[in-house]
Amino acid sequence: MSELNEREVYLDNSATTPCFPEVVELMNRIFLQEYGNPSSLHHKGVEAEKRIREAKETFAQILKCRTDNIYFTSCGTESDNIALIGGALANERQGKHLITTQIEHAAVSESMRYLESQGFEVTYLPVDRYGRVDPESVRDAVRDDTILVSVMHMNNEIGALEPIEEIGRIIKEKNPKTLFHVDAVQSFGKAVIHPQKMHIDFLAASGHKFHSPKGVGLLYVGDGVKVKNILFGGGQQRGLRSGTENVPGIAGMALAAKMIYSHLDENLDRLYAMKQSFIDRVTKIEGVHVNGPTGRESAPHVISLSIEGVRAEVLLHALEEKKIYVSAGSACSSNRPHVSTTLVATGTPREFLDSTIRISTSELTKEEDLEYAADALEEIVPFLRRYTRR
Amino acid sequence: MIYHAFLIKYAEIGIKGKNRGIFEEDLVNQIHIALKKCTGRFRIARTSGRIFVYCESEYDYDEVVGALRYVFGIVGICPVRIIDVVPVPELKKAAAEFFGSEYPDRHVTFKVQTRRLARNYPMDSMEVNAEIGEAILTSYPETKVDVHNPEVMLHVEIRERIYMYSHIIPGPGGLPVGSAGKGMLLLSGGIDSPVAGWMCSKRGLKLDATYFNAPPYTSERALQKVVDLAKLVSRYSGPIYLHNINFTKIQLYIYEKCPHDELTIIMRRYMMRIAEIIAKRTGSDALITGESIGQVASQTTRSLGVTNAVCTLPVFRPLIAFDKEDIVTLSKKIGTYDTSILPYEDCCTIFVAKHPVTKPVLSVIERHERNLTEKIDEMVEEALATDEILVVDVSGVRCIKHREDPLKEGM
Repeated sequence: MSELNEREVYLDNSATTPCFPEVVELMNRIFLQEYGNPSSLHHKGVEAEKRIREAKETFAQILKCRTDNIYFTSCGTESDNIALIGGALANERQGKHLITTQIEHAAVSESMRYLESQGFEVTYLPVDRYGRVDPESVRDAVRDDTILVSVMHMNNEIGALEPIEEIGRIIKEKNPKTLFHVDAVQSFGKAVIHPQKMHIDFLAASGHKFHSPKGVGLLYVGDGVKVKNILFGGGQQRGLRSGTENVPGIAGMALAAKMIYSHLDENLDRLYAMKQSFIDRVTKIEGVHVNGPTGRESAPHVISLSIEGVRAEVLLHALEEKKIYVSAGSACSSNRPHVSTTLVATGTPREFLDSTIRISTSELTKEEDLEYAADALEEIVPFLRRYTRR
Repeated sequence: MIYHAFLIKYAEIGIKGKNRGIFEEDLVNQIHIALKKCTGRFRIARTSGRIFVYCESEYDYDEVVGALRYVFGIVGICPVRIIDVVPVPELKKAAAEFFGSEYPDRHVTFKVQTRRLARNYPMDSMEVNAEIGEAILTSYPETKVDVHNPEVMLHVEIRERIYMYSHIIPGPGGLPVGSAGKGMLLLSGGIDSPVAGWMCSKRGLKLDATYFNAPPYTSERALQKVVDLAKLVSRYSGPIYLHNINFTKIQLYIYEKCPHDELTIIMRRYMMRIAEIIAKRTGSDALITGESIGQVASQTTRSLGVTNAVCTLPVFRPLIAFDKEDIVTLSKKIGTYDTSILPYEDCCTIFVAKHPVTKPVLSVIERHERNLTEKIDEMVEEALATDEILVVDVSGVRCIKHREDPLKEGM
C-alpha cells in the first residue's frame, strides 16, 4: 500500500478532537500520583484542590473574570442544562418567558422543551440563510417577563457566528433583569470570549472540543446571577455542582485552554486561510455549494458543503475508505429520516438536506490534510454521481 | 434445594423410531451446552425414555430454567423434587407438603398420577394415587379431586428414589440443533431473515450466515447491526459462522451493464450463487432466506423462480406464506425486532429502481446477465476472497478470518 493510503485525515473536529499529548501526560501524572479527592483534609486532598484552583485561575484569566465565576461540569450538555434549567427555576418568580434560536444544539433546545413542559413559554427566533440571528429580532422578543435568552456563539453545523456582544447589549438595554446564556461549546478556543463585556451571564464550554478529554465541561456564571442546582449531593463547588471533581480532566482541560489561548490570533489566521483556500478549491467541483457564512464572519473551523446528486452518508463512507473522516450534515436513512434543524432553519433546499457534509478542522489540522481531502472530493464526487438511483 | 432435578419433555423426537437415540443424543448435547453457562454442577441422564438434568450442587433456578427455555427440542421442563424411597405414610406426608409448596393458592382441582417402576414397592400405583390424594385433601380442604379434567396433575414416579413433579414450564419445541444438519442463512439487517434463521434452527438446523455489505453504500454500523442480530439468534441456534462479503464491485458492475429494473433480481441471483458456493465449501446442505410471496418486487412468484434457478441446493423459505404482521410478531417474540428496525442501509435498498420488474422471464434475465460475462466470474472470485468470517455467539464475536487472510480448508 502506498504511503498516501496510510494517511489518516481527521476532519470531524466539531464532533470531538484528539487530546494534546501534553494534556494526556499531565492527566496521567494526576491519575497515578495526585489522585486525591479535593475534599480530603490531608495532603493528597490539598494537592488535588490546588489543581482545581489553578484550573479556575487559568479560565478566569482567559475569560477575564473572577475564579468564583468558574464551575466544572461533566460536559457541555450539563453546563447548558444547569444554566437553562437552573437559571429558569431560580428566576421564575420574575417571569416565565424564555428566548432562544431555531439553530441551537439539542442540549439547549431539548432543555427548552423540558421547560415548556414545566409551564415556561419559549420564543424560538428565526435565522437568516447564513444562520445569523438578527439582533433587532431579539430586541422585539424581549419582554418584561423574559428571564433568560440563550444564543449559541458558533453554530456546529454550518459555522454561523452570532453577534453575541450586540445581542447581549440589546437584551440588557431592553430588560436589565433578563439573563443571557451563551452556548460556547464550538467557539471556546476559536474566539476571544469576554463575558462581562459581552453581557453574558452564563457560558457553557466542553473540554473535548478543544483537545482535552471527554467527560469534562465548563460553566461560567456571572456575579450575582441566581441559579439553582439541578444535582443534589455533597455540596461541592458551592453547592451548584455536587460531586467529586474530575481533577485530571479539569487540569487537562485547563492546560489545553492555556495552550490554545497563548497563540490564538496566529492560529485563527491560519484556520481562516485554510478554510478559504479549501472552499475556493472545492467550489470549483460542479454542483458543490457552501452553506453558511465564510471569512471572518464565520466559525474558523466549520465548513458545510452540499453536493448535488450525492448522498451525504455514501460520500462520508467513501471518504472513510481513504481514511478521511467527516460528518454528514443531516443523517438520513431509508427508514428513519433525521433532518437537521439548522439546515432547515437556514432554508437549505430540500434536495440538499440529504447531500450535506460537514468538514471541521482544528489547530492540529495541516494545510496538506485539507488538500488531500479536496483531492479526494474531486475524485469521489463524479464517481458517485455515476451510480445513483434511477 | 427445592428441586433436585428437571425432567425434560420432548415430543417429536420421541417418535422417530430407530433414529430416536441419535436425536436424544443431540438434545442432551444441546442441554450440556446451554448449562455450561450456568452456575452449578449438573448431570444429564437418559433413562427409560426420559431425559433428566440432575442438579449436583447449588444452582440458580431462574438461570437454569432460562437457559433450558432456549434449547430447541424441549417441549416442557418439569422441576422435580426427589426423596428417598420411604413407606407409604411418609410418602403421603412428603407428597402433600410438595403439593402445598407448588400451589400456595390451593384452590385447584387435581389428580395424582403415579408410575411405579420399582416393582417391589409395597403398594401399586392405583393405591398410591388414592393414598396421596386423600392426604392432600386432608391437608388442604380447599382442593378438589377431578380425575377427568384436573387443573393440575401431581406426578409421582417410584424408581430407585421417588420423583415428584407437577409444573410444566413450556420449552421452545422443535428439534435439537444439529439434528437436521446445517443451513446457510442469507442474513440482512431486516426483520425477516433473522426470523427465517430462527425457524429453521428450530427444525434442527445448525446455522451459518452470509451477509453482503457494500461500502461506501453501507457502513460499519450496518455490519454491527447484522452481528447483533446473529447474536440474538445464536441464543437459540448456538454459534453462527457469519461470512461478511464485500459486494460493492458486483453491484456497481450490474448497475452499469444491466437494465435497471432488473438490477435487484440479478443482484439477488448473484447473492444466492455466492452464498451457495460458501455453503458447499462449509458443509451446509441448504440455503435459508427470509423471502415471503409478494412482499417486494424481488419476491413475487416469478421473481422467486428466477432467483431460485441459480441454486442447486434446496432453498428453505420458512416465511413464504407469512403476512408481514405475523413475521413482526415472531421477531418480537425472538427478540430481534428492536434491532432489525434500527436505521442503517443494507445493500439491497440502495440502487433499487423506481419500478423494478415483478414478472421477470428467466430467459430474458439470463440474456441480460450475459452482459456481465467479461468480468463477473473474476468479480465473484474476488468477492469470495473478501470473506471475513466472524464467529458470533451469545458471549461475543470472534474473527477467525480477516479480509486479507487466505482461506483455509474447512472455513
